[in-house]
Amino acid sequence: MSAKKISVDGISKGFGSLPVIEGVSFDVRDGEFVAIVGPSGCGKSTLLNVIAGFERPDRGAVRFDGAERTGPSRKGIMISQHGSVFPWLTVQENLMFGLNGASQRDRVELAGRYTELVGLKGFEAAYPHELSGGMLKRVELARALVVKPPILYMDEPFSALDALMSLRMQTELRRILEEERHTVLLITHDVEEAINLADRILVLSPRPTTIQTTFHVDLPHPRKLSNPEAQKLREAILKELGIQSSV
Amino acid sequence: MRDIENKLTRIVPPLLVIALLIAVWWMVVTRSDNPIFPTPWQVVTGAWTLAEDGTLWEHIEASLVRVGIGFGLAFLVAVPLGLWMGWVTAAFYTLNPLFQMLRPISPIAWIPIAILWFGVGNLSPVFLIFISSVFPMMVQTTTGVRTIDRRYLRAAANFGVSRSVLFRQVVIPAVLPEIIVGMRIGIGVAWLVVVAAEMIALHSGLGYLIMDSRNAGNRYDLVVASMIIIGLIGLLLDGATRLLERLKTVKWRYVR
Repeated sequence: MSAKKISVDGISKGFGSLPVIEGVSFDVRDGEFVAIVGPSGCGKSTLLNVIAGFERPDRGAVRFDGAERTGPSRKGIMISQHGSVFPWLTVQENLMFGLNGASQRDRVELAGRYTELVGLKGFEAAYPHELSGGMLKRVELARALVVKPPILYMDEPFSALDALMSLRMQTELRRILEEERHTVLLITHDVEEAINLADRILVLSPRPTTIQTTFHVDLPHPRKLSNPEAQKLREAILKELGIQSSV
Repeated sequence: MRDIENKLTRIVPPLLVIALLIAVWWMVVTRSDNPIFPTPWQVVTGAWTLAEDGTLWEHIEASLVRVGIGFGLAFLVAVPLGLWMGWVTAAFYTLNPLFQMLRPISPIAWIPIAILWFGVGNLSPVFLIFISSVFPMMVQTTTGVRTIDRRYLRAAANFGVSRSVLFRQVVIPAVLPEIIVGMRIGIGVAWLVVVAAEMIALHSGLGYLIMDSRNAGNRYDLVVASMIIIGLIGLLLDGATRLLERLKTVKWRYVR
């Protein structure tokens, strides 16, 4: 349980002469859900892209299960704000996209199981443009889960959805994480989303960003944000972000 | 009900404009007493006699076959080359300037060279059609590859798929809408060029029909009839290419 799944070690990254990330280090345990919040433009997405291997750090290293690695891999699948469900493939074809090796029958069966898991049974033959934003997010989630990645990277995954749908997707995600064990790194600007989902919340400083504070969320699921402890946590995090809560 | 009304508003006004144009044409010709320029009715009867004795179909077929071969060859060259140039940056920087320079040369300017290389047979117009339609298709394909949304390539990299899956399931379907646009442009210019090419020295095709009708006794009824037929076939060719836009795998490009 306490095995270090991800080990981020002194990551620094700049674009030209503009330093964006300045020495960020933290570990993520196997099965842990870590949320990273920070002011907009602080380099949250860059940090996640470096960890996921889409961008190279100027200094520092990222280790998975103790082994250093570079470049993206199917061990950690990224789910981002704008989504990357292939519009030219059906829901089923999207789910089967990352499944190589297995026989056609197994792939169809696996895709079917995960389509059901995210509540899209019956939409296998639909094309993405025929689906709503929330359904599209479910497809993206299912496409990531079906390859059974140890790690999920989520970059503001639900922020393009309306508030209600975002909340529903958070509940869905929690339900799925009860069934399947994944280590999750979530980037968000939504403090309530972070409190609702995460075991630990890292608050980043403005650019060049470092970890400013860490909060542990010791509340049982399903969580209620009206819970006084959650409210206290929310205010503490907002204060870290420089916002005085009026509540 | 709404649907029918909608269709009517899309069909009736253009038909009225065409009818009005024909009426004006008819009136002007009968009033001016011009012995050479035909009335619409003379055009219809002229076309009818050609259709009846079969020569009209032979000319149409000759033109279509030339376009088919020239356009087909252009497609076979343009799409793989365009994909390659779009994907491999070095190929793009090496070849793009050359093609950008060749592209604006009118196919008509190639006629002397076509005759020199291929004589006055069927090969010359096929070559001219090839030259005219290969560049637009290639440019569209290249641009298509180079503008694939990065998030899709990232997703493919994330899932670590093989090169063949990457091409079959990401690159080619992503570019397909652009290829179809290129095909529409290509078939359009090919049809323009075939008529011009057939005016050189051939003995078949709609372009030849126009020149021959004029030379053989000022048969302007047949000249105008050929022009109208060329227009209609061009419309049909474009419509046929547009049918490709209805393919399920490219629909995403045309919604929203």
